[in-house]
Amino acid sequence: MKKKLLLLIPLVVFFVLAGFFVVGLGLNPREVPSPLIGKPAPTFALPDLNEPEKTVTSKDFLGQVWLFNVWASWCVSCRAEHPLLVAYAKTNEVAIVGLNYKDKPADGKAWLRQYGDPYTVSVIDADGRVGIDYGVYGVPETFLIDKQGIIRYKQIGPITEEAMRKTIIPMIKELKQQ
Amino acid sequence: MRRSMRAFLLICAISVLGGWGGMAVAGEAVPTENDPVAQKRAVELAAKLRCLVCQNQSIAESDAELAVDLRRQVREQIAAGKSDREIINFMTERYGDFVLYEPPMKPATLLLWIGPLLLLAAGVAAMVFLLRGRGQAAAGSAPLTEAEQARATALLEGRTIQNVSSGKGK
Repeated sequence: MKKKLLLLIPLVVFFVLAGFFVVGLGLNPREVPSPLIGKPAPTFALPDLNEPEKTVTSKDFLGQVWLFNVWASWCVSCRAEHPLLVAYAKTNEVAIVGLNYKDKPADGKAWLRQYGDPYTVSVIDADGRVGIDYGVYGVPETFLIDKQGIIRYKQIGPITEEAMRKTIIPMIKELKQQ
Repeated sequence: MRRSMRAFLLICAISVLGGWGGMAVAGEAVPTENDPVAQKRAVELAAKLRCLVCQNQSIAESDAELAVDLRRQVREQIAAGKSDREIINFMTERYGDFVLYEPPMKPATLLLWIGPLLLLAAGVAAMVFLLRGRGQAAAGSAPLTEAEQARATALLEGRTIQNVSSGKGK
């Protein structure tokens, strides 16, 4: 009897491993959890895309909930999420700040003219340094930052309609009430 | 050769001045390409850091734009006199432990680090258990009776065992 139970061990081990693999199949290895969530948003002081002589800093947005969206004219999936941002900007719920990441200002401006400009303001991160400070590795990325300047959520890759409806908008409503 | 000598002297000067002159002097970046020591450090550090765009390559191997930018960061920070630890911290603060090929030892990674040892211990325990069981099975058999002893002796000596077995059984 005992011997027979021992013989079952490999089978049990197999199923445990198989369980891990099945769960692993559903995970996205490209989504690396950001260590910045719950931490203060890195500060920046960058030129405004439309008025380069003007400097916009992260401190300008203290006291309000805002979205910080990393985009570029060369970024194909930015085009996918863009209509969602344009539509959401119309509700005027929060400030949407764009980080024009490693882009030529002229290209960025042309892109906004073509596809619409949802941004309260866009800033120029020509050499990607602010991007590195925010741990950006795949454009587009979007950060949700609260009134105290703490990063509360990070969307890696394009914002989907589902992420917007189920996660981002409810979180924004909650954070605005705090 | 003279160039590298000059770079070396410059580094010496910076190390001396750095303590006294502060960041202004240390901030004057020496191009690492001209400094074999810094260059070696930059390459070694880059080899330890994962490129998050192409995840199975280090930033030393990858040609992704992010890898190029991160290599530049590493070089600049070395030139600014940062230690390896400080540079690694800079990366993990932004990209998390995932950026490291060698995960740090901490509660969340404990199983990862001691897992192999646990498996080894389990293997040794299983082996000890099995061998002990075998030893007990051997020791547990009852001692031979007198008749069995006689029969065994007879067998060993090659005598016929007819009479012995008949003496016992019938």
